[in-house]
Amino acid sequence: MGTRVFGEPVKRREDGRLLTGRGRFLDDLGRDALAAAFARSPHAHARIADIDVSEALDVDGLVAIYTWEDLPGRVGEPLPLLIPHPALTHGRTGYPLARDVVRHVGEPVAMVVARDRYLAEDAAERIRVEYEPLPAVVGIETASRAEHLVHDDVPGNVGAVLVQENGDAPAAIEAAPHVLEFSLSIERSASMPLEGRGVYARWDADDGSLRVYSSTQASTSVRAAIAARLGLPNGKVEVVAPDVGGGFGVKIVHPWPEEVLVPWAARLLDREIKWTEDRREHFVAAAHERGQLQDVRVGFDDEGRVLGLDVRIRHDHGAYTPYGIIIPIVTSTQLLGPYRIGAYRAEVVSLYTNTLIVTPYRGAGRPQGVFCMERTMDRIARHLGRDRADVRAANFIQPDEFPYDQGLTFQDGRPLIYDSGDYPELLRKARELIGWDGFGAERSAAAARGRRLGIGLGVYVEGTGVGPYEGGHVEIDTAGRVHVSTGLTSQGQSHETVFAQIAAAELGVPIGDVQVTTGDTRRFGYAVGTFASRAAVMSGNAIALACRKVRDKALRIAGEALEADPRDLDITDGVVHVRGDMSASVPLRTVAVLSNPLRYAFDEEAAAATQFAVGRPATEPPVASGDEPGLEGRDYYSPVRSTFAAGAHAAIVEVDPDTAEIAILRYAVVHDCGRLINPMVVEGQIHGGVAQGVGGALYERMVYDESGQLLNASFMDFLMPYATEIPRIETDHLETPSPLNPLGIKGAGEAGVIPVSAVIASAVEDAEGVRVDAMPLSPDALYTLRERAAQDPSLRVPEGARIV
Amino acid sequence: MEESFEVALTVNGTHRTARVPARRLLSDLLRHDLGLTGTHVGCEHGVCGCCTVLLDGEPVRSCLMFAVTAAGHEVTTVEGLAAEDGTPSPVQRAFRDCHGLQCGFCTPGFLCTVTALLRETPHPTEDQVLEGISGNLCRCTGYQNIVKSVHRAADLLSEES
Repeated sequence: MGTRVFGEPVKRREDGRLLTGRGRFLDDLGRDALAAAFARSPHAHARIADIDVSEALDVDGLVAIYTWEDLPGRVGEPLPLLIPHPALTHGRTGYPLARDVVRHVGEPVAMVVARDRYLAEDAAERIRVEYEPLPAVVGIETASRAEHLVHDDVPGNVGAVLVQENGDAPAAIEAAPHVLEFSLSIERSASMPLEGRGVYARWDADDGSLRVYSSTQASTSVRAAIAARLGLPNGKVEVVAPDVGGGFGVKIVHPWPEEVLVPWAARLLDREIKWTEDRREHFVAAAHERGQLQDVRVGFDDEGRVLGLDVRIRHDHGAYTPYGIIIPIVTSTQLLGPYRIGAYRAEVVSLYTNTLIVTPYRGAGRPQGVFCMERTMDRIARHLGRDRADVRAANFIQPDEFPYDQGLTFQDGRPLIYDSGDYPELLRKARELIGWDGFGAERSAAAARGRRLGIGLGVYVEGTGVGPYEGGHVEIDTAGRVHVSTGLTSQGQSHETVFAQIAAAELGVPIGDVQVTTGDTRRFGYAVGTFASRAAVMSGNAIALACRKVRDKALRIAGEALEADPRDLDITDGVVHVRGDMSASVPLRTVAVLSNPLRYAFDEEAAAATQFAVGRPATEPPVASGDEPGLEGRDYYSPVRSTFAAGAHAAIVEVDPDTAEIAILRYAVVHDCGRLINPMVVEGQIHGGVAQGVGGALYERMVYDESGQLLNASFMDFLMPYATEIPRIETDHLETPSPLNPLGIKGAGEAGVIPVSAVIASAVEDAEGVRVDAMPLSPDALYTLRERAAQDPSLRVPEGARIV
Repeated sequence: MEESFEVALTVNGTHRTARVPARRLLSDLLRHDLGLTGTHVGCEHGVCGCCTVLLDGEPVRSCLMFAVTAAGHEVTTVEGLAAEDGTPSPVQRAFRDCHGLQCGFCTPGFLCTVTALLRETPHPTEDQVLEGISGNLCRCTGYQNIVKSVHRAADLLSEES
């Protein structure tokens, strides 16, 4: 392969091991480690009166049992509040093991360490905990009423009230020719990676150092958290994210109780310890997302242009707020989407409930915001009897208006300013791809055969590539191999491939010579993490910048060797040569040798760099002032603000007039993530995102009963889509490069999932003629909606307004 | 002390033995006792399909089977799908060609399922492919490229036969 690799559908470099069973996931490591298991609360809210471990002590193979009282100093302190915010006036976090009170089913109460997992679970089952149940607060409405409190010292169960405002929305709505008012609801779902969480720790007593493997999205920050809790310097803690079996957001939370406790116990016992989460634990002890209620008031003109929008968002953040209020911040800002809104006000009330914590899941608040805005656009169109696509077009920010300032503060604390985009073109392509304009005839033809079809649309903008920074390190060794490392982690996004493509393109080396390491603090210690569609933007650009440093150095050294001006040199297939003249050349592996002046020749190559071989002037030091030995470089990319990707999705659905079953007949995606590094990988990300979106739109919800028990905490009852539920996804791309970064890229990880609920709601509403205000939409829910709409005309879409 | 039992079985063509308690799952025997960690465990209640292996050629959920009940049987895991010289099987090659995997956690289960599917049905229709993989969950790919991989594997197999 030549060096033209950026933008090509290069096959994945991680697949070799993953296809042959040689991947190394967390539970594949530490075969001889002791196993940890946890006794967890069966109550949503209770006071712990007593913990009796005596029955557990007889279990064969038991090594240790710990409760909160056993945790010394900082190990027993509440877990950190990762992202403080001035509006989060009542942030609360849990303890690694519950102290006095449990606030959700699944909260860890005791940790058991035993010879294997079977025995650890035997012991955990025999721990008798005496609970005094307290009233459980479940659901947003119950939390709002605040008849009972989740935390005694949090009045009204309100953790945060956040207002985002641009202009005087209430006044603009009052003065508008048309006003609509309605409420929307979105259920809980969860990231649900097929590999759960897991931690494996090894203490080296001789060295006083700790190695921790964690199935995490943020290994450097896990290291910092463990080091702080255990009183170790960062340099004595290594954290490695091995192969990670999916993350989708849930693994960005850290440190989990288990990430503190397993390393702590490994040091205390001086034994290797591993904890692998099982599926039920993941349902009740990891994290969920999505759940919101939204009250919308919108004023608009005869063309459907939004003059004022006022949204009240009630957000259920569960029992604790370790990840702050990032999700509702994202909802309240990304809600605006591709539109120029006259005046806007969003008030977020973030509420405690006795349920599992709510932290980002792919989309991270955006699906809720887009659901709100796109349902609003459809409402406006139906009210005015206008085409839904035309109403959106009337509100679009135009291509010549970038950078466009929405006048709000985004999740990175920076102004919400869109960098680039072409929303009219996105919509045009989406209309064309789905056949929007010819759908009326298709619907009529189907109706004549007794079939009920509908078409829907959703447009969104996604802030991607948030800071503060990522770094990259690039080293070319004396065999010509290129070692690239970056601190952020991978969970299936193909980083080993796309970062290698970037390095190969920047350096002019064959991609086969490039090896990429991510998420290993031994290789790169400074990083933020993988979330918010940021990895390609952040680490991709950092690696490109590091490569440019290395390239400059290679050209300088080669220039000296070839007695040529570095500006006349180029690198092709790993060989530095005079541009247009391959005969005057030196391979990068030799440049690497020359870059490191040696005293000792350990092999023939190295001999070229020894002191009697190198011909530098005797008046100059062997390593010039300001230079460093080795053909390597490090650089960081830190953007002034986020990039903004965008997309338009459209779908055609069929609903069964009798059973209310919903089938997606076609699904079309037009996506703009700036320059594409690898179109095959981007399409894969979109497919996966849409599938999760379909899950959220039609199937997935967390069913808590009023006492706070999660009734569907298994794959039997939580319905994730199989292949049979996912339509074939048709895709098209648009590339508006970002002006903010050297590679012009924007990020693609979350795009697929964001507008799906909005699109399906739009299409089902179109097919049925009944208002769809809540997701997910099961056949049961749709059937009930039909029955209600038959009695209540206000639930029906006005006849005559149902033009495409 | 828990009573343990000697289990002898053939795994990927090799005779293997282990001494395990009666409750040890086949998936745990493969992973922890035999060190074949390519077989993954995603739910431990037989729904996700990650732990699928071939038992006498038929796909089974190794998390729903006790190790002792596999005694005397032939088990093929993902580690045993490639040719003896290490050449990946057509199914493995097809998944790479078509980007049929992302994080790779569910992949071993899909590979075993699809290997058996194509042995039974060498030229599956689209519906047969969907039906054939409808017992395996994937949270990354949205399945489209997995479906493509199955068709591609069928093509590779017929080219080679």
